[in-house]
Amino acid sequence: MLLHDTALIYGRYLRQSLRSRFALLFGVLMPLLYLLFFGPLLTDLPLGGQGSSWQVLVPGLLLQLGLFGALFAGFMIILEKGSGIVDRMRVTPVSRLGLLLGRVLRDATVFVFQAVLLVLAALVMGLRAPLVGILIGFAFVGLLTISLASLSYAVAMKVRTPQEFGPLINAVSMPSMLLSGLMLPMTLGPAWLDVLSHFMPFRYLVDAMRDAYVGEYATAHMAYGVLVALGFSALAVTVGTRVFRTAGA
Amino acid sequence: MTVISTAGLARTFQTKRDPVEAVRGIDLTVREGEILGFLGPNGAGKTTTLRMLTTLLAPTGGTATVAGHDLATDPAGVRRACGYVAQSGGVDPQIGVREELVTQGRLYRLAKTQARDRAEELARDLGLTELLDRRCGELSGGQRRRLDIAMALTHRPKVLFLDEPTTGLDPGSRADLWDLIRRLRAEHGTTVFLTTHYLDEADALADRLVIVDRGVVVAEGTPTALKLQYGGSIDATLQDTFLTITGRSAPEADAAPVAV
Repeated sequence: MLLHDTALIYGRYLRQSLRSRFALLFGVLMPLLYLLFFGPLLTDLPLGGQGSSWQVLVPGLLLQLGLFGALFAGFMIILEKGSGIVDRMRVTPVSRLGLLLGRVLRDATVFVFQAVLLVLAALVMGLRAPLVGILIGFAFVGLLTISLASLSYAVAMKVRTPQEFGPLINAVSMPSMLLSGLMLPMTLGPAWLDVLSHFMPFRYLVDAMRDAYVGEYATAHMAYGVLVALGFSALAVTVGTRVFRTAGA
Repeated sequence: MTVISTAGLARTFQTKRDPVEAVRGIDLTVREGEILGFLGPNGAGKTTTLRMLTTLLAPTGGTATVAGHDLATDPAGVRRACGYVAQSGGVDPQIGVREELVTQGRLYRLAKTQARDRAEELARDLGLTELLDRRCGELSGGQRRRLDIAMALTHRPKVLFLDEPTTGLDPGSRADLWDLIRRLRAEHGTTVFLTTHYLDEADALADRLVIVDRGVVVAEGTPTALKLQYGGSIDATLQDTFLTITGRSAPEADAAPVAV
């Protein structure tokens, strides 16, 4: 039944995404601008580690795409709450986990699709990386969006208006981006910043992805990255499902 | 036969300042096949009560059974037995009427072909056949309401909860909706539990009224009995009767969060 319900909700929201193709492509715009106008600044800089500057930057941009995109996923559900759609679904026997999973899997699909477009653009710009590494990168983007979209829906179910939701999400997204070293590796910075960034879960994902992009799959970074990504997803989905089960709003 | 019974059903919301007792203890029974009008000033706890009875909101006190299923221990049974139309409805304006009806069937675990057949059947029954290929956002107010009700009837529920179903409708659409509600009861024996602010609607449609104020039941009976008891005569208007019962000349500003 969970599978049936998840597939049903996934289908409904994927069709919704497909109806607004413009929005689907527009999401790639911000990371694409970074790729075009920020990427070339890095090509001759010593960034540490192996590989070209593109192998450092592109994993970060892909996670940034997931971070900003998925954190704002909750906006839609605020509108749906207002028009009674959420209640109409919650009053049926549909699985609460299915209500959440269908939505977040749709989000994961959209952001992995956008990540593919971004990697294609990066290949044109000069990225060279092993295919396996790139595929592992997509898996990380998928897990990150599942986690963050779940949390975003959970928060959105609790707030009343988009006006409350926006600033809250901005307060989370900016420090997350800066402190996880998505743009530049944190090892370049002073020790205190490097230490601080280890408290940011996305740091482990970006380190693992950068290893994958240079073909290093059996590293400590990779182990931590996988652990954090899976643990964070499990936690976020649990929290999200709880909210769908009990939401009073 | 009793289809809904509640005892001390209550809900307190925790807010930053004080706890808000939206519903302080509702005791009521509804008989099978009855059309019950649930009346009260704004903020009296009508919507909160409805949301509790449909499993959308967990009570903080009291008990209730709906169609033989206990609210606390068998919410899944309650969900199978009841349909609910929120004040705001519940369809996506961007989505087609047919798709919404089929999706609703699938949410009630009908197989694909069954869900399609049920959508056609509901559309025929509620005069929506011509509209099946329109988007929900293109329907008029009255058509939207019929669609909302069709969605809630997907699984042939024993009890139908309607939260202010005719608010915002023109007089013609309201009269059509009254006929529809009477027909549901006549043809399927559906019990209808509806809230309304229109006293003429309560008078014309409901077999019995339950009036709530500040989270408790303050009066109940047939419209005639209430007029006799509180209005002083059988010729009293329900408006005067209502004001006598709730003891104020105009509804107060919302004291409790209405939509939660």
